[in-house]
Amino acid sequence: MVEFLQFTLNGIVFGMIYAAIALSLVLIWRGTRLVNFAQGAMAMITTYIAIEVIYKTHSYWAGFVIALVAGLVLGAASELTVVRPTKGKPELNAVIVTIGLLIFFEGLAGMLFGGQFRSFPTGFSVTGLKVGGTALGISRFDVFTVVAVLLATLILAVVFRYTTAGLRMRAAALNATIARLSGIRVARVLTVGWALAGLLGALAGVLVSPSTFLYPNSMDAIFVFGFTAAVIGGLDSPVGAVVGGLLLGLALSYVGGYVGGSVGSEITSLVALGILVLVLMVRPNGLFASARMRRV
Amino acid sequence: MRTLPRRLGVAIVVAAIVVFLSIKLNAFRDYQIAEIAVYVTAVAGLTVLTGLSGQISLGNGAFMAIGAYATALLLLHLSWPFYLVLVISGAVAAVAGAVVGIAAARLRGPYLAGATLLLGVALPAIALAWPGTFGGDQGLNVVFTTPSFLGANFPLTRWQAWVSAAVALVTLLLLANLGHSRIGRNWRAVSDDEVAAALDGINVAAARVRAFVVSATCAGLAGSLLAIVTGLVAPGAYTITLSIALLTAAVIGGLGSLLGALWGSLIIVLVPTYITDVSTSHGLSSTVGANIPIAAYGVVLILVMLLFPQGIQGGLMRLISAFLGPDQKSRTGRIAPAPHVTPSADQAPASQHEKEGTS
Repeated sequence: MVEFLQFTLNGIVFGMIYAAIALSLVLIWRGTRLVNFAQGAMAMITTYIAIEVIYKTHSYWAGFVIALVAGLVLGAASELTVVRPTKGKPELNAVIVTIGLLIFFEGLAGMLFGGQFRSFPTGFSVTGLKVGGTALGISRFDVFTVVAVLLATLILAVVFRYTTAGLRMRAAALNATIARLSGIRVARVLTVGWALAGLLGALAGVLVSPSTFLYPNSMDAIFVFGFTAAVIGGLDSPVGAVVGGLLLGLALSYVGGYVGGSVGSEITSLVALGILVLVLMVRPNGLFASARMRRV
Repeated sequence: MRTLPRRLGVAIVVAAIVVFLSIKLNAFRDYQIAEIAVYVTAVAGLTVLTGLSGQISLGNGAFMAIGAYATALLLLHLSWPFYLVLVISGAVAAVAGAVVGIAAARLRGPYLAGATLLLGVALPAIALAWPGTFGGDQGLNVVFTTPSFLGANFPLTRWQAWVSAAVALVTLLLLANLGHSRIGRNWRAVSDDEVAAALDGINVAAARVRAFVVSATCAGLAGSLLAIVTGLVAPGAYTITLSIALLTAAVIGGLGSLLGALWGSLIIVLVPTYITDVSTSHGLSSTVGANIPIAAYGVVLILVMLLFPQGIQGGLMRLISAFLGPDQKSRTGRIAPAPHVTPSADQAPASQHEKEGTS
């Protein structure tokens, strides 16, 4: 029973990280109709920036904030420099451009920071929490992880629902032409979407790196599971991204925990594939997809 | 059929060039020829899947792994002749392709991309989870030798280059014919407009599954070749990086033509080696030198996609038509017409993009 509780809490922590990546992918998908394969690599770069700042300033929070700002800038810059010119070209071109970005960022990180594994500090204690003598299997920092992602999600939801900027973004995602006719600068709105996605990715990078170490490919697996979470939830749906992330995090935690050993850790991706196939068999556009549109 | 003798002629000329090059060049270049042939085989299958049937796969490396492990296990336990092992490996991959194709028949766009991406990630994990059968991290060794009739001194790399190039050429010939058959026309119809294709009596799901089987077979053959060329089958060679390299090669080569598979394969094999040579000759430190090819490859991908929207083959066709005039273009373009473009509307893609660009 204690084991189950520990696996559940651990699953929620990782689930929130997958959810953050999934949300960033959903943000970009709604605006640009593109899966950004460089999302993980961008988060890896911003996390390297954070670690350099932390070394220089000896302040975790300085690194944390600068990582988020760097995420904003990197997201917007990527959209402006290489993604926008793919407009009007075949859809796959934009996908390959983001894959090119991914490869470029990983090569760049290798050049600038080297390939060795680096440990990443945490902002809070990582000793396990206990309730009445029972170890919960999670730390203060894990609690912070969950709270930070939830808070970011909540802020985004409020911005989208109650502010003019959010209304513009929703309008641009709904129908770009009509939004432009209503006086919305759609191109600028898309850039803002990419910037926000970059911020969310940077948050996920800083939060996950203490447990995965930091190296040029360290976000690859996180991206794959984040993408899987977004697909499970339905790429259009922010709620779906969070639910998909939690679902995946819990499932992988149970499998890793109960199967145990090296087999348990090796088959996590197979289990993720199983869940994805199962969900997509029943709902080909994810759990929370809006009514299906078919091009005729 | 005037096209069949012409294609056969082209294949024979290319085979002669490969034989000539493999004798003239050193063992490392022979290895590269074999490597390029391996990629051409796999990428051509993906060109058919994505270019003709309009489906994306980020997991074709998994089918290569299936072919490679089938080859390694068959050679290890049964030591059958390679040509038989090659055919069986292709067949095993075809079956896997059918399973994946059926599961994926309802998926579109990013959902298909996500499912195949996870397939590419998950499949090599099987080798790690059951090391008793698949050799775990270390993988399985593959023993492949030159046949006795070539003499004892015949270099192994040259023989590997010949075998790989032969398989690649035969695959290209078969795919070119398939693309122009009823099956290929059905793929184009499905890719252009599913509803219209279905109204025309085409079984859309079957056509899509068939495309997956064909591309998986090509990948399986390529995996089998890669097994004998590298002499080792280990999960590290069949990661998601390989699957992504295959898709990028297909797209930057040009999805409109099987020749695109050749250009794409040349780029993914030669560009990283070329840049490594340049950076080491300039005495760059090892961390920088080792990562420059990766970063530069990313830049090349982005630039090709922005400068040549139809891939390298599409760019070449534009150049050729600019030199020869428009009426020559339809002749040169007939090797394999671009998808979404009927032969009578050869000019359509350029004008269409101009229109979209200004909107």
